[in-house]
Formats: sequence, structure tokens, C-alpha cells
Amino acid sequence: MGETSVNFAKASTTALQDPQLRANFRRAMDGLMSKRAVQFADSKEWNAVRALGASVRLRALSKLPELLEKLEANCTRNGIQVHWASTTDEANAIVLSIMQRVNAKLVVKGKSMVSEEMHLNAFLEQHGIESLESDLGEYIVQLDEAMPSHIIMPAIHMNTKQIAHLFKQKIKEAEYTEDVAQLTDLARRVLRKKFATADVGISGVNMAVAETGTLCLVENEGNGRMSTTVPPVHIAVMGLEKVVEKLEDVPPVISLLTRSATAQPITTYVNMISSPRKEGEKDGPREIHLVILDNGRSSIYADEELRNTLRCIRCGACMNHCPVYTKVGGHAYEAPYPGPIGSILVPQMEGLAKRGELPHACTMCNACVEICPVKIPIVEIMGRLRAEAVHPGDSVKGAGSRASKAEAMVWKGWSMTYASPLAYRFATGLLAKLGNAAPTSLPLLKEWTNVRAKPRFASRTLHDLAREKGIPDV
Amino acid sequence: MSTDGTTVPFSGVPFSGVSFSGSRPDSVYYFGTCLVDLFYPEAGMAGIDLLKAQGLRVVFPQGQSCCGQPAYNSGYREEALKVARAQLDYFPGDWPIVVPSGSCAGMMKKHWPDLFKGEPDEARAKQVASRVWELTQFLVQVLNVKFEDQGPPVKITWHASCHAQREMGVVEEPKALLRQLANVELVELQRERECCGFGGTFSVRHPEISAAMVGDKVADIENTGAKAVVSGDCGCLMNISGALEGGKKPVRGVHIAQFLKERTHG
Ligand code: SF4
Repeated sequence: MGETSVNFAKASTTALQDPQLRANFRRAMDGLMSKRAVQFADSKEWNAVRALGASVRLRALSKLPELLEKLEANCTRNGIQVHWASTTDEANAIVLSIMQRVNAKLVVKGKSMVSEEMHLNAFLEQHGIESLESDLGEYIVQLDEAMPSHIIMPAIHMNTKQIAHLFKQKIKEAEYTEDVAQLTDLARRVLRKKFATADVGISGVNMAVAETGTLCLVENEGNGRMSTTVPPVHIAVMGLEKVVEKLEDVPPVISLLTRSATAQPITTYVNMISSPRKEGEKDGPREIHLVILDNGRSSIYADEELRNTLRCIRCGACMNHCPVYTKVGGHAYEAPYPGPIGSILVPQMEGLAKRGELPHACTMCNACVEICPVKIPIVEIMGRLRAEAVHPGDSVKGAGSRASKAEAMVWKGWSMTYASPLAYRFATGLLAKLGNAAPTSLPLLKEWTNVRAKPRFASRTLHDLAREKGIPDV
Repeated sequence: MSTDGTTVPFSGVPFSGVSFSGSRPDSVYYFGTCLVDLFYPEAGMAGIDLLKAQGLRVVFPQGQSCCGQPAYNSGYREEALKVARAQLDYFPGDWPIVVPSGSCAGMMKKHWPDLFKGEPDEARAKQVASRVWELTQFLVQVLNVKFEDQGPPVKITWHASCHAQREMGVVEEPKALLRQLANVELVELQRERECCGFGGTFSVRHPEISAAMVGDKVADIENTGAKAVVSGDCGCLMNISGALEGGKKPVRGVHIAQFLKERTHG
């Protein structure tokens, strides 16, 4: 038995056939890359802040169990109720039970990737609770009944015209307009009404500070602040890796996050949530709940190399700089986290049987590694997962599930030939003589020659030429 | 493994590789790489000639084959190790090892230490790895070459290999060499640092994405109006010139060693 594998090749091919989509991504990513470059133009400053950011995340991970306990204790002391969920099902059930207790019918949500991981909207809908995304991008995607295509800019796959059509079609009072200000205003009017009547607000967490029990949330639209302050109950969901040790760890990470994500020195809103409404206060939620989700993270944590995956601060910069993501867009990954980070995180969460192709959705160009603000060795982890997929073992879910006898034999044969000078000379001699006669219908050659001329074997190898020209060999 | 990711060079820092300590050597080893061996032996020879022209004795060990990268990147590390290990015997002296490919040089310099970790020959592998240089890096940083252009006026562009840039820290060296050539006009690509879509087995495992990537690269090259695209890595070159030829574009793909030799030796 085995889980069916999600077909990245097929989904990406479909995406490539959509010229509008390709143009949208190309333009958007080019813009994001050049704007980010301006933020980090001073390479000395970049190296310094990056080293600091990486060290904050590394230190947090090195004490993760201890910090999570501290976080729970300090949140509890502050009146924030902490819940632990080892699976997304458990997390959903926790959220639902809180909602049922307060008899919630309408939820407004700030942006949260963990809630995407949980498929929370669909789950709540099944239980008769309306869950409305309040981040503009997420709202657009929700109206379109689609998934986010980017972790920071969920609707980046659409251009203004497409959004204008969607609004006209889905929002009753909408007049057709391509004016961005008018479109934003329209969404704002719809959402404002909902904020006032929502029973519960849900948000993600960018960082949780262990020493103070503070939840930190950055955003630009004020919707995060509305979702976490207007409704009487606030539920925050976070992955267990999002904890940092001290309050002073927050500024460098925020600076790296916002500059890498949207090229802003800081976002319009930075929310530091430390307790529900206190006696005598006029606003704020009466209850705050923090749901801390594992969903495979503790097994990732158990492996010293793979643990680095958990340093991620979800800035999305690796997507913007990934030449594969830029071509196929976020939906092709069919996962909450696309692009380079998704290609290493999702297979570890969901297993290599189902997601083993994602680590191959990569040319190993290292563009992501170069800009990752917390220095995650993304490509090394990619390589590690490729190896795990074809070798049985127990450090990654589904290790060995993609082992193929034929493939293993090819590499074995290759290594025997290439490790023996005699065999190598014989094989390359043969290729030099006969290689060009290979028909383009052969597997591999067929894929190669789709858009390229056939590679031509030289009639004599460099070994031959060097010998003929008398180049010394010792 | 390093928890640090790759060495990250920044364009703007002129030459960010390791600086050569010690005096100029009188001999060097040459590691030709398997792609050069089969597909671009002329470029390989050109690299040897460029080094010889600087008065160096160039040693090409006949026992060499491949750095192991194809298997390593496909998840077959044991097989990669076997092939990498077979190379160690052939570079016993302490001369620098010059490689006409940023990708293979990166495999040796950066990944061999990880690949051999915990193996009995770890120290030896690291010692060999520490002597590895990418060709243009060696020409500029160690030999400080000055070329005299002998060719007719031509407009070219440069494709930077991902691994040369991001694993070897070689960004400005090749362009500095090309700029020494008086009659060569170097027009930079709009997206010089973007991958061409080769990625070894990626090109055949995800041929459609690879095609889209090399398509963007070809369009970028065409926009420069260059007559030739010069590159320092045969993987990229095979991909890009294959696509140029397949699309019947009148632009030639050429390895930097061969281009430099053509321009300076008539
Ligand atoms: S892996 Fe690095 S670049 Fe990608 S989202 Fe995470 S922090 Fe940002």
C-alpha cells in the first residue's frame, strides 16, 4: 500500500500553459526581487543583520522544548489560554470546541499560513460556521474559491483585471472597476461590516516571545489588529517553531522579515499581544487562546540537519527568487507552502511517498540560499530529502518509498564505470564513437530534445586530446 | 554539514573567493570534468593552453573522471562517494587543481568535505578540496593575467553559472577577463544571475519547466543583440546552446576558455 503521490509534474505543466499566469508571476517576482535588493543594498549591514537573525532562530531552536514550556507558563500567567495540538485534526477540533462554547456563527480571520495547513475555513464551514478572510489577498483568494499562491501575497497570481472581474461577479454591490483604490475600498466596506459582528477573530503568529508570553503579529492592512481586538474571542494559531527566547530577539527578526518579504523597513502595523482585556479596560477580546501545532514539526526537529527547516520566518523571499516558482507559480505545488521552503517542508510534514517529487522541483541554483534571511541551507536539505526518498530509513516520513531497483542499478553501474579509469576510458571511447547515433526517441534524450538540439559527443575526449598533445599526466 | 548555507558572495564585493596564500605555483593540476571530456574537449584543451601560456606546467592525470555531482544531486551519495574517492589518488602533489567549471569545482570544494564526513579518507578529501580553483578565478586571482585581444570587434553576453557564483563565489572574475578584450563589447543580461534551467537531471525530470526557464534565458540573450553567449560551465552551455540551436537562433554558445583562447592566440 502507499499514499498516492501528488503529481507536481502535471500541475506544473498545466501552469506553464497559461501565458497570463506566467506573465503575472514574472512581473510580480521581478518587482519584488529588485525592491528587496534596495533594502539590502549595503552588503555589510545585510551580513550582520542576517547573522543576527540566524543566531536568534538557532538559539531558539536549540532550546525549543524549554522555550515552549516557558511560553506556555508566561502566556497562562498573562491570561492567554494555551492549547497543544499534535495534528491538524486536533487543532481544528480545539478551535471548534472554543467556537461552540461561545456559540460562534461568524469568524473573521487575519492571515495565517498555519490555518491554511489546517484547512480551517473548509472545516469550519462543514460545521456551519462562516469564516471570512480579512487580509485583502486572502479575501480575493477566498472569493475565488482558490488557494493562496504565495505565503505573503496570496493573490499574486492574479492581475488587477482578473480581480476586477471576480469582484463584479462575486460581490453584490460591486460595479466593475479596474481602479485599485476603488477595489480596495469595496473590499474594505464588505469586511468592515463583518468585523463588527464577528463572534471570534482568528490570527496567525509571526513570533511568540517565551520570556514575556507575548504574541507578535506583523501586517499592513490593520485587519490583523481588527481581527484580534474587535471580536470578543481571539484564537491565535502557530506552528511550534515560532517561539523566540526574549523580547530583544523580536526587532532583528521583524526587520529581516519585513524587508525580505515586502521590502518594507517595517510594516504598517506591529501587534504585540500580551493579554485579554483587563478589568477596567475599554477594548480588546475577553478571551485569548493560543493553539500550538506540531503537525510533524517535532520529528523534523529530531534530526539535526533537517531541524534547520524550522528556522524559517515565512518571509517568502525564497519564492520570489526561485526560478522554478517564478515559472510555475504557487498553485502547482498544491500545498500551503510553495516554492523552495515548501519543497523541503511539505515533504517532511506529509511524507516522501506523497510529496517526494517536490525536492526535485529545484535546479539547485542556490538563489534561495543566497537571500534567505535566516540562512537556511535549503538546497542541502533538498539533496538530503532526495537521498532519503530512495533509501529506506527512519529519519523522514516515507523514507525509501521512492526507491527504484532500476534507478539504483543505473547509478551503481555509473559509479562502477566512473570509479575505474579503464572502464571509464572504454565507456567514453564508445560514446565518442557511437553516442551520436542514439535516436532522439530514447528516454531522456526525448525530453532533452523537446526544445533543444541534440547534444553532440566529440569524436575524441579531452583525455584523448591531452594524451595526443603530450600533456603530462603526473 | 555547514549550518550556514552556501558561501554567499555579493556582487559589489569584487572578488569574493578565497585568496591565494603563497607564491605563484610553477605547476597545476587540471581537472577536466566529465561533461567537458565528452562534449567540450576543445574548451577543456583551451583552458590547458591558457594556463600553459602563463608559463605553468599543466598536469592532466589520465585517471580522472568525474567529481560525483550527478549521483550526489540525485540522492545516490554512496555512488557519488565511490567516484569522488577514485579521484583522490590522482592529485597527490600540493599544486592547485584548476577546473574549467564552477559547478564541478563547487562540488569538490564545498560538497566533498560533507560527502567524506566520517570516512577514513576525510582528511585527504578535504586537503584535495582545499586546492580546487575555478579556472577564471585562478586566472584572475592567482595569475593576474593580462590578455591582449587579437580578434575582430564583436558583441557578446555573459551567462553566469549558479554554482560558480553561489558556491565558488566567482562573480566578477570572468567578466573582468572579458573586459580586458579591447574589441569585445560585453552586454550584460537583464537577469544575469538567474538559472538557465539545466540543473542536471532536472532538465529531463521536469523538461517543461526546464524548457520554460531556458526559454526566458534565450529571450534575455536575444535582447542584448549579442552574437555569442559566453559561459564558464558546460552544463549551462549545453542547455543554452542546445536551445539556441533548437530554436534556430543565430547566437553561438561558447565556453569562456575557448573564447579567451580564440581571442588571444589568433
Ligand atoms: S526559507 Fe528563508 S527565504 Fe524562504 S520563507 Fe523561510 S525564511 Fe524566508
